[in-house]
Amino acid sequence: MNILIFGLGRTGAALALQLSRQHSVTIIEQNPDAVRRLGAKHTCNVVIGSGIDEDTLVRAGIATADAFFAVTRGDNTNLMAAQVAQINYKVKHICVRVADPNRAQAYRNLGMTCITPALIIAGMMRDWLTETPYEQIDSYNVLPAEMEVI
Amino acid sequence: MYLILVGGGNVGMQLAKKLIGRGHEVLLMEKDGKQATRLATVLGEESVFVGDGCEVATQKEAGFNRADAVVAVTGEDEDNLVVCQMAKVVWNVQRVLARVNDPSHEEIFKKIGVDQTVSATSLIFSLLDQQITMDEFIQVGALAKGNIEIVELILSGRSPVLGMAVRDLTLPPKTNIIYILRKEQGLLVSGDTTFEEGDTILALVPSDQADALRGMLH
Repeated sequence: MNILIFGLGRTGAALALQLSRQHSVTIIEQNPDAVRRLGAKHTCNVVIGSGIDEDTLVRAGIATADAFFAVTRGDNTNLMAAQVAQINYKVKHICVRVADPNRAQAYRNLGMTCITPALIIAGMMRDWLTETPYEQIDSYNVLPAEMEVI
Repeated sequence: MYLILVGGGNVGMQLAKKLIGRGHEVLLMEKDGKQATRLATVLGEESVFVGDGCEVATQKEAGFNRADAVVAVTGEDEDNLVVCQMAKVVWNVQRVLARVNDPSHEEIFKKIGVDQTVSATSLIFSLLDQQITMDEFIQVGALAKGNIEIVELILSGRSPVLGMAVRDLTLPPKTNIIYILRKEQGLLVSGDTTFEEGDTILALVPSDQADALRGMLH
């Protein structure tokens, strides 16, 4: 598969290194210094630019991408980039990191796959303590009722 | 009307001032505490909200559910996009308007349903463009959602219609020459009117015929 990852922080780097063992991975990142996160022997392509800029997306090969991950620190940047990938390039698999649980829920309701790190970590820690087998991702993404706003 | 503005930079502040002057209930949201304090001294405390307008919790507190319009004017297009999209899908706000800083983003705003956008870059560019290309066609305004345009053209010395009368010219379908500006004088056009070098022609033309008119006069 051709995989496009927007954001080369710790998450983006780990994801890129894992997936590049079997797939062709291209990373879009604003900061050229971030490339060091990949180490010396990686096989990823890195395109410097922003994933909300279509010229950059095209340079990174979005037209032939099978999957698009938006994993920068900015929820809104991720959500905008993901919607460009979805609407303008019809990328089949799109996954977005959204830190704000309520914002993530709003976009899940629109059909977007949003991963909320806080909820995943909390759920897995809970299961670790109680020795409960780990569950499917969707079961962790559920917002505790007390945190619901809408 | 209750109007919520997100983004307390210069655009947000000036806009809020004007809208308050018109007698609207206005709430300007700004996430930076210091900037919000400055805004409050200008606009009054009741018109400023300290908080991130992209968060559902703050949106609820600010009263997105009863807003007649939400206007996103931050300097970041991704923030403006998410504010407007959430105003529509979460809070069902009828009117949303977004400032778009990079004109190439206007398309994605429209596609996700934020159809009202303003881009200062596009506006300034089109103004400059008009000034730079004086002997080219100038689109003065687009009417009826862009199907009909008012265009302006200055006849150069090489125009093939110089000396011709309007009635001898077969204009593209549904095209009307509204008036001619000649040596600072406006002329209402009749069939007898003849074209002279330097005439500024103002015409009403269907958008798809604009190129044909240009070819004929230029």
